[in-house]
Amino acid sequence: MHKKNIFRYGFLLEQLVKRNFNTKYRQSVLGILWSFLNPLLTMAVQYLVFSALFRSDISHFPVYLLTGIILFSFMNECVTLGMDAIVASGPLIKKVAMPMAVYPLSRCITALIGLGLSLIPLGGAMLLSGTPLTPALLLIPAAALLTFCFALGMSLLMCTLNVFFRDTRFLWSVASLLWTYATPIFYPITIIPAAWQPVFRLNPMYQLITFMRTIVLEGLCPSAGQWGMCLLAAALPLALGVFVFRKTQDRFVFHL
Amino acid sequence: MEKAMVEVQHVTMDFRRDCNRTTHLKEFAVNLLTGRHHIEKFRALDDVTLTVPQGCVMGLIGPNGAGKSTLLKVISGIYRPSGGQALVHGSLVPMLELGSGFDADLTGRENILLNGAILGYSKAFLLPKVEQIIDYSELRDFIDMPLKTYSSGMLARLAFSIASVVEPDVLIVDEILSVGDEHFQRKSRARMLELMKGSSRAVIFVSHNLQQLREMCDRVIWLDHGRIRMQGAAGEVCDAYEREAAAT
Repeated sequence: MHKKNIFRYGFLLEQLVKRNFNTKYRQSVLGILWSFLNPLLTMAVQYLVFSALFRSDISHFPVYLLTGIILFSFMNECVTLGMDAIVASGPLIKKVAMPMAVYPLSRCITALIGLGLSLIPLGGAMLLSGTPLTPALLLIPAAALLTFCFALGMSLLMCTLNVFFRDTRFLWSVASLLWTYATPIFYPITIIPAAWQPVFRLNPMYQLITFMRTIVLEGLCPSAGQWGMCLLAAALPLALGVFVFRKTQDRFVFHL
Repeated sequence: MEKAMVEVQHVTMDFRRDCNRTTHLKEFAVNLLTGRHHIEKFRALDDVTLTVPQGCVMGLIGPNGAGKSTLLKVISGIYRPSGGQALVHGSLVPMLELGSGFDADLTGRENILLNGAILGYSKAFLLPKVEQIIDYSELRDFIDMPLKTYSSGMLARLAFSIASVVEPDVLIVDEILSVGDEHFQRKSRARMLELMKGSSRAVIFVSHNLQQLREMCDRVIWLDHGRIRMQGAAGEVCDAYEREAAAT
């Protein structure tokens, strides 16, 4: 199909991201402030609920919580928004030829900008809780990029599935809830029985969040093993997502 | 020999007419288990071959359901044909559905950029043309207001102004568009005719108006049940089409 090369559509991508961003914030009084408030409020609630349980184990618990919340909700937003991207753009897809990937990609980029904004309250929480600021923090973009690749891959997969089966979103809402609890966001992995820990470590989000925590909380560059796991967690789902999406995109238009 | 701008080579287009249209995983699983999932095919285009050379206005006629819209969608790249291929040499603007992708919450000015990007314009092309588009649409007083405050006539004017600013190599026209009030209708019709008459351009023009086809087109293709029934000089094909319409 002609006009399918996504790299020629940078301008379209820019416009779509701008549009997503505008519509996300235009209707609300606080606007962009929600990007700061959302993770902070979630963190406050979880802190109130869980600090009694785990405070003793984890130093800088608010920052520990916030890193997990920010990364997980970024991934969740990418998938939830990206999943609906093709179906929601159905009327347009039936009229104008465009590389299909611009729709989920533009939504994931919008979420990535949101992630960038939520680093500001993270910085605030670090200062308030006395977490030392170290040169390791310069590696945060790497953590963000790796998570982005993973989330984009998931987004492309779920988006494809959603075109063919519209009940995917209901499955996802259940799956993402389960996933939230299966990921050590508000608890340390040490509370999991030792026999089960290897299984929990296979969770890509656990690997990515731990990568981020090593940078933010310990002020260290993640180990080679961590880098390897995270590169794998980013590359494999992305490759699979791109493959499935490209394989099926010509048929999307018949299911919209 | 003139340069061919659009080449459609043995294009066949099959649609699946799913008897049990499965759009839910649950149904899919049930159908799979009970073996009830069967697919019926519907052939919308059958071995269609045509060429539109530079400077040619090619008319397309045929009854409803003959495959005209499907053919246009194959040429503009929305459908990938089941067989054969459609090649377009140069830039293509489909004047099919004006205002596709307008966002009601954005202002007119923001929508010019968004809609232009959707039509495939580059940033370098579009940015210097924004003022020209606003002037042409005669909507300067409203351009920084959200699109949801526009009347349908104003929307159509803005959409037409964006789509017609470009000078494409290949133009696909589904009925000659004249939009807005009487004054703007005359203006948009004139611009449309100007675009269609450009000698470096290839135009594919769909209409049920035989009078218009005779006036505008060099050649006409008659499509019937997904096949090319006849193609040739505009007058000739229109005569034959008219005779058949009278006979039935």
